Amino acid sequence: MSEFQQKCSILNRDRLAPDIFRLTLQAPKIAAKAQPGQFVMVRVIDGLDPLLRRPFSIHRSYADGSISLLFKVLGKGTAMLARRCVGDELDLVGPLGNGFDFSDERPVCLIGGGMGIAPLLFLAEQLHSSGRATEKDHVLLGARNKDELTPLADEFSALGYTVQLATDDGSIGRKGFIPDLLDFVLPIVEQVYTCGPHLMMENVVRQCQQAEVHCQVSLETHMACGIGACLGCTVNGKRGLVRVCQQGPVFNADHLEWSLV
Amino acid sequence: MKEEAVLLEKNPEQKVEAREVVPCIMPDLRVQIGSLALRNPVMTASGTFGYAREFENLVDLDRLGGIIVKGISLHPKPGNPPPRIVETACGMLNAIGLENVGVDRFISGKMPYLRKLATPVVVNILGDSVEEYSEIARKLDGAKGVAALEVNISCPNVKKGGVAFGTVPEMAAKVTEAVRRSTTLPLIVKLSPNVTDIVLMARAVEDAGADAVSLINTLIGMAIDPITRRPRLANVIGGLSGPAIKPVALRMVWQVAQAVSLPVIGIGGITTANDALEFLLAGATAVQVGTANFYDPSAAENIVQGITDYLQEQGEDCLVDIIGTLKTGTD
Ligand SMILES: Cc1cc2nc3c(=O)[nH]c(=O)nc-3n(C[C@H](O)[C@H](O)[C@H](O)COP(=O)(O)OP(=O)(O)OC[C@H]3O[C@@H](n4cnc5c(N)ncnc54)[C@H](O)[C@@H]3O)c2cc1C
Ligand SMILES: Cc1cc2nc3c(=O)[nH]c(=O)nc-3n(C[C@H](O)[C@H](O)[C@H](O)COP(=O)(O)O)c2cc1C
Ligand code: FES
Repeated sequence: MSEFQQKCSILNRDRLAPDIFRLTLQAPKIAAKAQPGQFVMVRVIDGLDPLLRRPFSIHRSYADGSISLLFKVLGKGTAMLARRCVGDELDLVGPLGNGFDFSDERPVCLIGGGMGIAPLLFLAEQLHSSGRATEKDHVLLGARNKDELTPLADEFSALGYTVQLATDDGSIGRKGFIPDLLDFVLPIVEQVYTCGPHLMMENVVRQCQQAEVHCQVSLETHMACGIGACLGCTVNGKRGLVRVCQQGPVFNADHLEWSLV
Repeated sequence: MKEEAVLLEKNPEQKVEAREVVPCIMPDLRVQIGSLALRNPVMTASGTFGYAREFENLVDLDRLGGIIVKGISLHPKPGNPPPRIVETACGMLNAIGLENVGVDRFISGKMPYLRKLATPVVVNILGDSVEEYSEIARKLDGAKGVAALEVNISCPNVKKGGVAFGTVPEMAAKVTEAVRRSTTLPLIVKLSPNVTDIVLMARAVEDAGADAVSLINTLIGMAIDPITRRPRLANVIGGLSGPAIKPVALRMVWQVAQAVSLPVIGIGGITTANDALEFLLAGATAVQVGTANFYDPSAAENIVQGITDYLQEQGEDCLVDIIGTLKTGTD
């Protein structure tokens, strides 16, 4: 693995919903190496509070050397990040983690909940650009409301995927949870990629295991270093502890001791 | 450098020409910890630098003064359940629980890489009993590439009903003596700040044969989520590190440096060259950079550069000349 520490200037800042932002950053070294499912550790300010970097999935990587991040304001760090402006510089470390393993098993289903959608767009684009995406490939996206899903849902559709949506309030797509949609999709796909809230992924994994469909999950844990040094991010794998930042964040769901994750 | 300046004064016409040929003399940053020679006083603290390889793409490992690897026990330890880390104001709490691969797998799996580094590698060791400490020390004594041992005495002694070796001077001395008998390597004993009088601890390990003391380890702390009314760490309590603990660490280093004749290594919240200089002025012979490695992998390298710049600006040729030069009172 080769990662970089780089000062990256903000090229673009979009506010997709009241608390959801998309930042595009000039990050040539990171962009050149980035794989879908990998992440960066971002220093949201130069000061000492907040102290630690924040992990964010690489949402997109462009040939011009830029990357974008999609994030939701949850606490202190993301609130500060949301206040950074075009032209500001952010210190990034990345690309980190292993990324999705995209073998030839088709058709696939991408399942994203909330900000778990972020890494899936990069994956969808890579599958698309390698000429492998078809409408037999499904994308299931879930969020609290319509605001959180547009324009993301359109970006997946534009790549040729069959997109289905679910929202907590029913403002777009089906009212309820992603797993309801999964019943229809599982019999026709070979491989599931999922990222989102813990409970959602737990359900997706259970359904995949019942249907005997391969499932890769991208996990979120609290991280201090992002490079395997602090042992702060470990979870239980079937064969002992694994470091999410280094051996993940993407895991074959069967390799995790799911009840203890 | 000073001689050149005198020469230039005597020969004003040649000033410009002479300037061009005067080599830029780099200040001498070397320090000595017992028989362990360091090219500069900046090391990375145990548990914050993994086994060094994690940082190989981000840090020029050969620029560091020393690398202290993650604590090693006799048998592998699984550590604590997650969440294991939590951020606090200007700091973090961790309850990793000393997860590590155990000494045998460390020697077979990690040492081959570490041995190739030009920077001295210090192995941090921990045990549940005095015998365990000596056994690890013996095993490492025979392993090629280990430059020194740092004995972490902050872990609870299960056999003694949960008393930490690091809080009872007699116990700290016992561990130190046992390790001393098991190795010829330079022996650094790492002190815990969770005591009433750290000077007593330092004196105890000095008398027991330590070559140096390093301080401080983390301060015991806690954080609570008021919404869930639960502790933020699964282990409930954890070790506080980072800039938040620097004033406490600095005070302890200063007290200990005055009380013992061993070299003292300062640890606690060091992020910038100025932080490191504070510890050196307070009497530390070297420093360790911990939590800063997580949020700024280039911190240790930048500190080496910053110390170099400081010495040049102050007209000092040797780092050792500034150690313990803190001015207090009216002097
Ligand atoms: C590999 C990975 C990729 C991620 N990708 C994205 C993304 O693309 N978009 C996005 O919006 N969010 C993403 N997250 C979650 C994001 O890192 C957290 O939302 C963010 O750190 C919260 O920071 P805060 O300061 O606003 O919250 P606070 O609650 O103030 O943070 C306090 C501490 O908890 C940590 N923390 C809090 N929530 C999380 C969480 N869910 N996951 C990990 N650490 C957390 C913070 O890093 C910080 O150390 C990702 C997390 C991981 C581990
Ligand atoms: C995640 C983490 C793990 C640590 N593990 C060890 C360890 O294994 N052995 C040890 O002696 N100290 C350990 N420490 C303590 C540090 O080496 C250091 O003494 C402490 O963090 C204070 O320095 P800092 O404020 O610069 O981080 C650990 C600290 C952290 C944050
Ligand atoms: S975040 Fe430090 S080891 Fe994974």
